[in-house]
Amino acid sequence: MLRYTLKRALSLGLSLIVASLVIFFVIEVVPGDPASFMLGLNAQPDTIAALRAELGLDVPKFERYLTWVGGMLQGDFGLSYTYRTPVTEMIGDRIWVSLPLALYALTLSTLIAFPAGIYAAARRGKAGDMAVMGATQFGIAVPNFWFAMMLVLIFAINLRWFSAGGFVGWDKGFGAAMHSLTLPAIALALPQSAILARVMRSALLDVLGEDFMRTARAKGLSRRQALLRHGLRNAMIPVLTIIGMQFSFLLAGAIIIEQVFFLPGLGRLIFQSISARDLIVVESVVMLLVFLVILVTFLVDLAYAAIDPRLRART
Amino acid sequence: MMQNTSRLALLASTALLALPLQAQAEQSDITVALQLEPPHLDPTSAAAGAIDSVLYANVFEGLTRFASDGAVIPGLSKSWDISEDGLTYTFMLNEGVTFHDGSTMDAEDVKFSLDRARGEDSANAQKALFAGITDVTVLDPLTVQVTLEAPNGSFLFNMAWGDAVIVAPESVANIKTAPIGTGAFKFENWVQGDQITLSRNEAYWGTPAALTDVTFKFISDPTAAFAAMMAEDIDAFVGFPTPEALPQFEADPRFQVIIGSSEGETILSTNNMMPPLDDRRVRKAIAHAIDRSAIIDGAMFGLGTPIGTHFAPHNPDYVDLTGLSQYDPELSKKLLAEAGFADGFTTTLKLPPPSYARRGGEIIAAQLRAVGIETEISNLEWAQWLEQVFRGKDYGLTIVSHTEPFDIGIYARPDYYFQYNNPQFQQIMDTLNRATLPAERKALLKVAQTIIAEDYVNGYLFQLAFHTVAKAGVEGLWENAPTQATDLTAVRWSD
Repeated sequence: MLRYTLKRALSLGLSLIVASLVIFFVIEVVPGDPASFMLGLNAQPDTIAALRAELGLDVPKFERYLTWVGGMLQGDFGLSYTYRTPVTEMIGDRIWVSLPLALYALTLSTLIAFPAGIYAAARRGKAGDMAVMGATQFGIAVPNFWFAMMLVLIFAINLRWFSAGGFVGWDKGFGAAMHSLTLPAIALALPQSAILARVMRSALLDVLGEDFMRTARAKGLSRRQALLRHGLRNAMIPVLTIIGMQFSFLLAGAIIIEQVFFLPGLGRLIFQSISARDLIVVESVVMLLVFLVILVTFLVDLAYAAIDPRLRART
Repeated sequence: MMQNTSRLALLASTALLALPLQAQAEQSDITVALQLEPPHLDPTSAAAGAIDSVLYANVFEGLTRFASDGAVIPGLSKSWDISEDGLTYTFMLNEGVTFHDGSTMDAEDVKFSLDRARGEDSANAQKALFAGITDVTVLDPLTVQVTLEAPNGSFLFNMAWGDAVIVAPESVANIKTAPIGTGAFKFENWVQGDQITLSRNEAYWGTPAALTDVTFKFISDPTAAFAAMMAEDIDAFVGFPTPEALPQFEADPRFQVIIGSSEGETILSTNNMMPPLDDRRVRKAIAHAIDRSAIIDGAMFGLGTPIGTHFAPHNPDYVDLTGLSQYDPELSKKLLAEAGFADGFTTTLKLPPPSYARRGGEIIAAQLRAVGIETEISNLEWAQWLEQVFRGKDYGLTIVSHTEPFDIGIYARPDYYFQYNNPQFQQIMDTLNRATLPAERKALLKVAQTIIAEDYVNGYLFQLAFHTVAKAGVEGLWENAPTQATDLTAVRWSD
């Protein structure tokens, strides 16, 4: 287990180094200068040059890369070009929207998908299975921003149960904060739960054909008991993989949902920073997301090993 | 008798008591949404209009200021004297003005602010406004004298810009995150990416604001803007992004729609140095190929005033020159043939993100195709546009709304991105800058507007409309946008 963990950790470290190089140099070649963007149409060339110097943009690229990476190792992402505040602080503020939202959506998605997937697998080929499969097909086909708009139309504009967007802040209390994240979380969760339910169903069906399932039935368990007691655990590997990917997606991919609900999260920060060419913010947030994605993959790998002892031995 | 009097007094006093009580029960806070969030909070070191949209007139004030009709009126300076030769301006400051941190605003702060803006290492995005100042002298704590290199008829106008507001040396270091001004509202808090809150300045030197608390929310997505207004999460949306949604608000008694004019001359900017666009006949042909009303109806849902030159129609000095570029595709083809392009030609049309450009661009491309001019459309982000078009001058045509007020002077800069070089026009602008008499200025401005219209420097399309949606009870919002500002000092809730 230790060797397995170390090997995974090494691959995590290498991925991060490669990612930092790619992110920095790809983003730096994007055309557009943050200083001219900030100063607009009437600025004089010497003013722009002065601002470039103030922002440290006149330093060679590779030197800037080393400063950036060196800072990150100490938890310092540098200073935002446009906001002139530490990127670490900006990320710190926004992650408290994005992370809870992703967790909230993932929880909802799992709560919907597990029962639906198990139910469909248990009633394979029957009307209940058809209904679940039909609904999930719909859920996958419809983009989440459309769901978002429908939710706003029904629950914010017509019923007035929720506000149409915005985040009240954690200082208004846990309940109020979660309330303002509810519609976005549902919009994010529905398409994800559709995918997850289908994966759950097919993973369970795969397991159902295994020898140990027949043994379980033979020793007297009902179909349902066998499914829950022996099938579920064995079907968890593909399901966990998908959950890991979904968490990464929900954290990094909520850009559109954050726009639709004007939530001050990481997605919106990236969106704004790209258009303002606040490259250091873009680089740092993307790097952080890459780190989280790699970290989640790492944890999922470890979880595999916990669920399936054979994986520990294989390495 | 005595008893009666006292009873009356009691009644009167309870009635008086009741008044403020009732006033308290009324709403005194407002949530205003804007599309763009400021990058930081220093109006004196960035071009971002979003900074002025939040802070101008509310938190920061200058020597002079813009009124809602665009007129320049006294601000921190209650009056001024201009010397005979037009070179010396003596500003008399209002008494008892304090910054939000309690310190006094006096002539030293004015000197500091102007010197900072015009200084060598100044990061002011409109440094040109201060270029003519040679000296700023403090005569006494309430009098400051500004000396100019040459007479400048628009000096008081320049001092009204958000870039010329008065800041204090003590607080300027943190101005980007904690702005301290003299205005009727104080800055309270900024949740980046979400909102900025202001509160009433109880020690304000002028007429105090009616509102006690102001929240600015930033909603960039048009659909979200619509939903937030419809759900009444916000009280007003200043600069509402989608004109197509306005009729729905107009029909709803809960809301009011305010449609005014902005300072945005929306033009088909033309690269005057790039062949064949360097030929006046070709540019004239383009002008006659364009049907403004089709663009206003098609791209702006009917909102926008046609213009024939680079000047705002609501300005008293505006001259209607749309007749010089009437829609006439036959004339356009004839002009092209004269210039040697009977079979037309191909050029680029580079479009920045706003819908006036993206939607207007498609319509213009179709209109130009009808006379034989093919355009290669490319959609650019703002940063790309600045790099390629504005700085690189690598374009044939582009569509931009020039939102700076009174910016006809850009035509006197040959290095400006249209690359228009006309010494006669430059001469007129030079004379205008020195002219201080209104009648003389009016005459010069008429000539200036006519020259650029007759040279067909750019395709002049329309003045961008400015639309605001608000709850029915909100009073006192600006109808027009003579500068980028959301002046809330006179806003109140009606009974």
